[in-house]
Amino acid sequence: MTLTAIIFAGILTYFTRMTMIALISRDMLGDKIKAVLEYVPSAVFPAIIFPGIFINDFGTFIEMNDPKIFGALVAVIVGYFSKNIIATISAGLVSYWFLIFVVFS
Amino acid sequence: MLTKKQLFSRGMLDISPHMLSVIPFGIICGAIGVELGFDPYLVYAMSFIIFGGASQIVFLQLLSGGASSLVAVASVGIINSRHLLYGAVLSEYLEKLSFIKKLLISYVVVDQGFAESNKFFKKNRNEEFLHYHLIGTGCTMWICWQIATLSGIVLGSFVPEELGLKFAIPLTFIAIVVQDLKKLDHVIVMITCGLSSLLFFDAPFKSYIIISPIIALFVAALLLRLKK
Repeated sequence: MTLTAIIFAGILTYFTRMTMIALISRDMLGDKIKAVLEYVPSAVFPAIIFPGIFINDFGTFIEMNDPKIFGALVAVIVGYFSKNIIATISAGLVSYWFLIFVVFS
Repeated sequence: MLTKKQLFSRGMLDISPHMLSVIPFGIICGAIGVELGFDPYLVYAMSFIIFGGASQIVFLQLLSGGASSLVAVASVGIINSRHLLYGAVLSEYLEKLSFIKKLLISYVVVDQGFAESNKFFKKNRNEEFLHYHLIGTGCTMWICWQIATLSGIVLGSFVPEELGLKFAIPLTFIAIVVQDLKKLDHVIVMITCGLSSLLFFDAPFKSYIIISPIIALFVAALLLRLKK
């Protein structure tokens, strides 16, 4: 029962990955569309970033003094200047842990 | 001209820093599945069959919360519909491949792999075997995801929840887009998407994850028109 649902979910997911790669040819996308598609990373990833910071596990907004906001800000600053992925992630996590385990404990 | 092997290794290298967040997240995904009371084999089967991070957690949470399979399947489809946008971007670089190769390569397209390969493609348009970079990022992600979710299934409740390791996911995507903060048009698009995602967070089937990119792309189209 659950396995059937997993298989359907898998097929659906595979189609989302495959459709545009395998069934669309370059000529079908005009220059205007291609120019807009340049923005895809900037238009998609904040929909993962913002809820990951501002919404908690119960689906409600966090307080404005939540350690995650501070951690994310530190990650943005470190990432902007270091251009280093590992430094960005570590800085965000460490500053977040510093607040929850040292400052607020 | 880089060889296939060089491009594959470059892809592996480019995505490997993201494993710092992907591996803990995979462990959490496996652990949550077991904690919710699902058969460990089924929890693992998802990593193989769906292979889609957050959508796997949502799927199990919906089922364990009493939602119908139809709702759970639909939610996975909607959460993962963002891959349509990745595919549209990548299709330009993959169009010379045979249909079968396109079908195979599609299985390993994931968020971070798309992001890093797309950055590489933009700078190296003329390479002949560009798709090996995408295979490199995708395979690295696939292997790490399988190992991480399996570890989570085995470790189960030993995974310390108070560390808040889920927070590593927004951080990994901050690392991907942070350099585009230098460009005002990209900043506007990002803020539009981010605010829309919060505004529409309660929309049915987690559809905020595709509604907000569509709104943001409309804004991008408007910005392009203003620029001219």
